[in-house]
Amino acid sequence: MKIHRINALLMRHIYLFQRSLPRIMDILFWPVLELLVWGFLSVYLEKLNITSVSVLTFLLGAIIFWDILNQSQKAVSISFLEDVWEKNFLNIFVSPLKLSEFLSAAALLALIRILLVAVILGVLAGLFYHFNIFQFGFYLIPFMANLLIFGFSLGIFTTAIILRFGTAAQILAFGFIVLIQPFSAVFYPVSSLPQYIQYVSYLIPSTYVFEGMRAVTSSGVLPVWHLVLAFATNIFYLLLVVWFFYRMFSSVKVRGRLMKLD
Amino acid sequence: MPIIEVKNLVKEFGKVRAVNDLSFSIEEGKITGLLGPNGAGKTTTIQMILDLITPTSGDILVFGEDMKHHREEILSKVNFSSPYVALPNSLKVIENLYTFARLYGVKNIREKVEELADFFEIRAFLTKMTSSLSTGQLTRLNLTKALLNDPKLLLLDEPTASLDPDIADRTRQMFLKIQREKGISILYTSHNMAEVEEICDRVIFIQHGKLKDDGTPEDIIMKYGRKDLNEVFLHIARESTKL
Repeated sequence: MKIHRINALLMRHIYLFQRSLPRIMDILFWPVLELLVWGFLSVYLEKLNITSVSVLTFLLGAIIFWDILNQSQKAVSISFLEDVWEKNFLNIFVSPLKLSEFLSAAALLALIRILLVAVILGVLAGLFYHFNIFQFGFYLIPFMANLLIFGFSLGIFTTAIILRFGTAAQILAFGFIVLIQPFSAVFYPVSSLPQYIQYVSYLIPSTYVFEGMRAVTSSGVLPVWHLVLAFATNIFYLLLVVWFFYRMFSSVKVRGRLMKLD
Repeated sequence: MPIIEVKNLVKEFGKVRAVNDLSFSIEEGKITGLLGPNGAGKTTTIQMILDLITPTSGDILVFGEDMKHHREEILSKVNFSSPYVALPNSLKVIENLYTFARLYGVKNIREKVEELADFFEIRAFLTKMTSSLSTGQLTRLNLTKALLNDPKLLLLDEPTASLDPDIADRTRQMFLKIQREKGISILYTSHNMAEVEEICDRVIFIQHGKLKDDGTPEDIIMKYGRKDLNEVFLHIARESTKL
């Protein structure tokens, strides 16, 4: 792998970000709007005093972590789509760029995006709702790492599907993650899901992060198996989707669809 | 040693054989035209040379090495330009050039960009948005991008398509200048036979994915007993529709 090629792709996104209102809104506006909506709802529910737990902490923690996952997925799939929309894809792949470098740049971009979102939402949640993101202590690092990896895997998966089926499948880049949400126990514990859906839920790495977040909030302790299972499922899916992506790329080259990707 | 050596190349898309046992070689430092009617297999062949399409069978050697094992090494010495492949519109011209210079690992990026900006006379719009450029300016930008890595081989897919006669003529003069001053080997596809006749040292005609003919434009015209390459093209294309 060559650093200068990964750097080239990253710099290109930084150039794009500087003057693209939709991209700026994607990081600054929509997540903040979501935080405000859920924040006010949490404040209202707290005032009703209907539960013994802090609704504010649960919901704001959930929304911040959910946005982190969302940003990680989008960093991969939307940046890929941007090259397709700009008809620039071939220019990139007639250069010596390797697929591993393309994926590494996407992973770094995802890392930058989640750090930005975490800082922005963390600061605003602190200012508006006295929510302390550091209440998760050391666990914040494995939580964010798992969300980064899982979002990255989802991004690679949707990218591979778009590669294979063309932009007719681009809706997946925006909507696929929404399919994960109900099973991922973002805003409620897994135990509130029907038994048979709980099995599905435990196959999703982000479930362990959201369950873990609630465990830390309520008891201050995270069951180790949550982290172990989160990393184990994540590594399994990551290897699977990277293999799938390489297979799809190779299949597209055999079918001669790379130039017709629009 | 030839710059490109294509041996018994076959590409099948399902039941369609787009390239059918094609063999040819490209000499160093020459402009070679790859010609043929629509659907003859030119673009498929170029894309196989660039490793964008995987051949069904056959071999492609570029600089004497095969793409499967030496992709990175080969592509670092090759570049490509086509009006059908764009540079991102939402970047400034200079940002696009810096991005591709980084991708190709160009040393002294600034000097290289300035040198080529002067060569293609695009210095005045380096800081403009790519989306604001005219078609002729975009062609020059694409060519600037294509020379950033000092390629030994340049593949140009219908580079003057959609250009007006004036800009097309200026662009052709640039190709001749590139070849003369930088000694680059160029593989060129075009449907403009007058253009091919003007700038190509040699032409390769493909028909139904197979090699139809190969030689200098003068030899080919003489062989078919026609007035110019355009008439030769029409003869081959019409023969091809009869088949």
